[in-house]
Amino acid sequence: MGTGWYSMTTAVNTKTLTLVQAVNDALRTMLHEREDVILLGEDIGQNGGVFRATDGLQAEFGEERVIDTPLSEAGFTGAAIGMAVNGFRPVVEIQFLGFIYPAYEQIMTHAARIRSRTKGHFTVPMVIRAPYGAGVRAPEIHSDSTEALFIHMPGIKVVCPSTPYDAKGLLIAAIEDPDPVLFLEPMRCYRAFREEVPEGKYTIEIGKGKKLREGDDVTVIAWGAMVPVAVKAAEEAEKKGIHADVIDLRTLYPLDKDMIAESVQKTGRTVIVQEAHSTGGLANDIIAIINDTSFLYQKAPVERVSGFDTPVPFFAYEDDYLPTPERVLRAIDKVIQF
Amino acid sequence: MEQQFPMIQVMDYEGCILMPEYRKKITKELVMACYRHLIRTRMFDRKCVSLQRQGRIGTYAPYEGQEACQVGSALALKEGDWLFPTYRDHGATMTFGHSLKHILLYWKGRNEGCIPPNGKKIFPPSVPIATQLPHAAGAAYAEKRKGTMNAAIVYFGDGATSEGDFHEGLNFASVFHAPVVFFNQNNQYAISVPITRQMKTKTIAQKALAYDIEGVRIDGNDIFAVYFETEKALERARNGGGPTLIEAVTWRYGAHTTADDPTKYRDQEESKRRRETTDPIRRLERFMKQEGWFDEEWVQNIQDEVTAEIDQAIMEVERVPEANPADMFDYVFAEPTWTIEEQKKAYFAWERGGTA
Ligand SMILES: Cc1ncc(C[n+]2csc(CCOP(=O)(O)OP(=O)(O)O)c2C)c(N)n1
Repeated sequence: MGTGWYSMTTAVNTKTLTLVQAVNDALRTMLHEREDVILLGEDIGQNGGVFRATDGLQAEFGEERVIDTPLSEAGFTGAAIGMAVNGFRPVVEIQFLGFIYPAYEQIMTHAARIRSRTKGHFTVPMVIRAPYGAGVRAPEIHSDSTEALFIHMPGIKVVCPSTPYDAKGLLIAAIEDPDPVLFLEPMRCYRAFREEVPEGKYTIEIGKGKKLREGDDVTVIAWGAMVPVAVKAAEEAEKKGIHADVIDLRTLYPLDKDMIAESVQKTGRTVIVQEAHSTGGLANDIIAIINDTSFLYQKAPVERVSGFDTPVPFFAYEDDYLPTPERVLRAIDKVIQF
Repeated sequence: MEQQFPMIQVMDYEGCILMPEYRKKITKELVMACYRHLIRTRMFDRKCVSLQRQGRIGTYAPYEGQEACQVGSALALKEGDWLFPTYRDHGATMTFGHSLKHILLYWKGRNEGCIPPNGKKIFPPSVPIATQLPHAAGAAYAEKRKGTMNAAIVYFGDGATSEGDFHEGLNFASVFHAPVVFFNQNNQYAISVPITRQMKTKTIAQKALAYDIEGVRIDGNDIFAVYFETEKALERARNGGGPTLIEAVTWRYGAHTTADDPTKYRDQEESKRRRETTDPIRRLERFMKQEGWFDEEWVQNIQDEVTAEIDQAIMEVERVPEANPADMFDYVFAEPTWTIEEQKKAYFAWERGGTA
């Protein structure tokens, strides 16, 4: 594991955790660390969250710091904004990203713009956590990946880790951030694998991607649940002698422009893997960055492997909807053969 | 407020009729229909839980314990009425005439499951909580504008009353005097959150006061109370009396869904105790026994018929051809946009070896 892209402060020992356990560990760490941190959401207390992300936290920190709210996303998100402007650092849980829409107005018209409306007099240091994504045979509406709606929203940062280590460090950074952060947790990665995670507090800088593999032939860019898909495709490409640079963006707004430019200038060929719908998706902004920074280095048009411009389908069709390593591999071949 | 909105019971836990004015309306024919549908809905629900365990359907939301709410209210509907369910209300939709095959398709992750039988105004289950209330107000208002005698019924849970859409739906219906019945199944839990933490009010029915509409609180495990109060509310709606909020107090015996573990947040002994005392089916059986209408052989026949009906539906569902990915693209718009057409073409080209 490289250093330099994260900073460790008090961490010493490590634990082996899944991504969802790392989220739990980050929340526990910050509830210990800071009196002003407070959790709100549906079923997060007694039940420990429907994915157990907050398991044990109410028992440890009490009902006043880990609050089971009424079933009201607009209500608890709006209330969290009120608490944030008044000295707290709320971390709210949206049970599934597909249920964030009642809170959309609160986030768009208030959380994201109170700082600019008041020239910094009022600020909203809050985190909105939400599991997202398809591929777990969930009922309808539970599988949306609408990060683009929030990337487009001025005044909120969007973070999306794909590993336990990054999840903990980024969540702590999000809680310490002076501005609102949407923290997207890929459901498909929640229990997919375990990893060594330092105990105690450490942060990973928001706005920095991570290089997962080094290669000169093609750049593959992914985030969240698409990272393992991209890695699998890169491994397959390797067998054919194609060496891929694989970037896990980790933060979706603001993007790590330098890392993208450095890589695509080296390879001249890019494949972007995106679970979300194609039109208006983040991949298009990545292409804009490539255009702005590295146009003359390009040897092939950028390929996007995306979800379609259709609602995320019912689960019987989700394998057709989701990008697969095979689709990514074919896109790699296409940019190589161009 | 509990005095102003007392819980109406037509029949007590022992199956004795408490409101003699209904005695004449409780015909053997009505009772047999109620009983048959209660058995049918319960057997179907149990079968679905076991299909989920075997991996033959996806995550499933059981309603066992709430059958009287769903059967009693759906039986009070007339052919041309609208029904707006949640994910937990297929006991109501199947009673109103939805096909078991389609309900099973829904839980198998197929959008065919959202299509009602011809002529039935059954909306797809609402998954985002409380969003269906304004739809019901609007559909009912449309019936009024069209000058029909049709009404709408919309189902929702206790947790749903915390969402803005609950209040907006009630207010809209109130302002426009829409012929709609807001049927709340107060099963006292929203996943893990008990009603005492969901709201400070002692009843849900009292929320009707804020919108100046009728509000009633009934024992949701008493099928007669459900049937007659829903019928009354629907009649009022049809005759220009505006909307009604019905709070039916009930209890879900099992988990919120097959993905939920209720022992995390409540003592399941409570469900056992309620099965003994307030179970909607046992209660009706007690009444039937008193009347001499409980015939073991008839009951056995119903169970056999229902078993055969369910087995048939499962067989049909399992013979349905695999989901066709073209369906994903073909129904987004009346005419697909070029983006969707291109993506569809690329997808099928990819299946044949191209890129997508
Ligand atoms: C807007 C929205 N937020 C959260 C959820 C997740 N969720 C599904 S069911 C449920 C509880 C619903 O409780 P209640 O309204 O009482 O109905 P019940 O499930 O008990 O029938 C929650 C929070 C959702 N489906 N929609």
